[in-house]
Amino acid sequence: MLFDWFTIVAQALNFFILVWLMKRFLYKPIRHAIDEREKRIATALADADAKRAEAQKERDEFQHKNEEFDRQRAALWTQATDEAQAERQRLLDEARKAAASLSAKRQETLRNEQHNLHQAIGRRTQQEVFAIARKVLADLAETSLEERMVDVFVRRLRELSGEEKETLTSALKESSSPVIVRTTFDLSPAQCDSTTGAIKETLGEATQIQFKTSPDLISGIELTTNGHKVAWSIADYLASLETGIDELLKEKDQVEAQAVPKPSGPEPETRSQ
Amino acid sequence: MRLSPDEMIFWQYGFLKLNATIVFTWGLMLVLAIGSKIITRKFSTGLKRSLWQNFLEIVVTGIEKQIEEVGLSQPQKYLGFLGTLFLFVAASSLCTVIPGYEPPTGSLSTTAALALCVFVAVPFFGIEEQGVNEYLKSYVEPTFIMLPFNIISEISRTLALAVRLFGNMMSGAMIIGILLTITPFIFPIIMTALGLLTGMVQAYIFSILAAVYIAAATRVRKPSLNPIQNLEA
Repeated sequence: MLFDWFTIVAQALNFFILVWLMKRFLYKPIRHAIDEREKRIATALADADAKRAEAQKERDEFQHKNEEFDRQRAALWTQATDEAQAERQRLLDEARKAAASLSAKRQETLRNEQHNLHQAIGRRTQQEVFAIARKVLADLAETSLEERMVDVFVRRLRELSGEEKETLTSALKESSSPVIVRTTFDLSPAQCDSTTGAIKETLGEATQIQFKTSPDLISGIELTTNGHKVAWSIADYLASLETGIDELLKEKDQVEAQAVPKPSGPEPETRSQ
Repeated sequence: MRLSPDEMIFWQYGFLKLNATIVFTWGLMLVLAIGSKIITRKFSTGLKRSLWQNFLEIVVTGIEKQIEEVGLSQPQKYLGFLGTLFLFVAASSLCTVIPGYEPPTGSLSTTAALALCVFVAVPFFGIEEQGVNEYLKSYVEPTFIMLPFNIISEISRTLALAVRLFGNMMSGAMIIGILLTITPFIFPIIMTALGLLTGMVQAYIFSILAAVYIAAATRVRKPSLNPIQNLEA
């Protein structure tokens, strides 16, 4: 017989048991494994997405920061450049001022030197002139310079014009003090007499005369009374000589200035002195 | 000559008996259960997994995919029943390569038992899905006159399921037995290979038909499915 009811029931039972066994040992573990894996992959993907989003955010932030940094750098650079420019300008101005000051000082020094030189030349010239005059007078006329000086003074007193004499006389009358005769050297008694004579002859016999020696007076003799003066001095000659030397020096300076080559100009022609 | 392994009885007490069908079924059950237990014991939930795990996952997900394609939207719910049907029929066919083994599905009692299980499972899942009234209503659709025809259809398709599987499996074993007596060398091997293919096809047909019946019961409002006609033909 093909049908066996006991076997049918037994097989149906067996099948349900097998269903349970398979569910228990096969489907559930497999499903569990697959679900876990899917969950893990989903978690990993979500994590990756989150990380990507975070990275994107960080990148944006960094980009923003970089731009900000660039802007700040540019601003600082501009500020630094401006400050450096201002500092340069200030230093240049200071240097110019210092140069101008130095130049002024140098010019002052040059002027002082020139002045000292003039004085030295004056003194030397005076000495030389005196020395030459003495020598010449001694050689030619066997007279001293002082003598000759007094002679010249006396002669000048006598040769005074009427107007001048009157001026001196009136000035003498107005003053109570005596006539003062200043010399750079001490007069001998003969010279004193000769001078006194000449004065009295010119201004009147009652004239009071006082002799004074004054080394400040540049090698000469002078008569003063109440602001009026009659004198002979080598100072006039010296002044004339000084004027001549000044002109000579000025001319020399001009020639030197022209001889100095200009920084950007064509080379100047040299002129023979 | 035996037509069915039912006839090979090892032990009998009254109507209780222990025939080859039951014994081989127990054997298969043991192999399937213990094999599953051994393989799934070392299952990993990570990305790296063993060859057997991959194989079983492919089988199970393949079954789920087939169930879903038939029209059952929640394959996990039906996987226990339909998947076990397929695995049992397929395993009993595959084991025919073992000498001395007789497939339990070559017994009409087994196929009838499986068909009865399907016969019970279809209204079970139908009622579970739609409720008793809605399910019973499906028998009088489109008109009340269709009630006897629907009932006959239910019974006949169950009978057809049982007989189709039994016929195919029994015939395979019979052909091999007959060929062994005629040409004992090459042909039995070819026919065994062909029998394996037939067994796999039958396992697929049996479980797919059961899935289609369940799908029809759970989605009765929908128009009738073409695959039923095609497969039954």
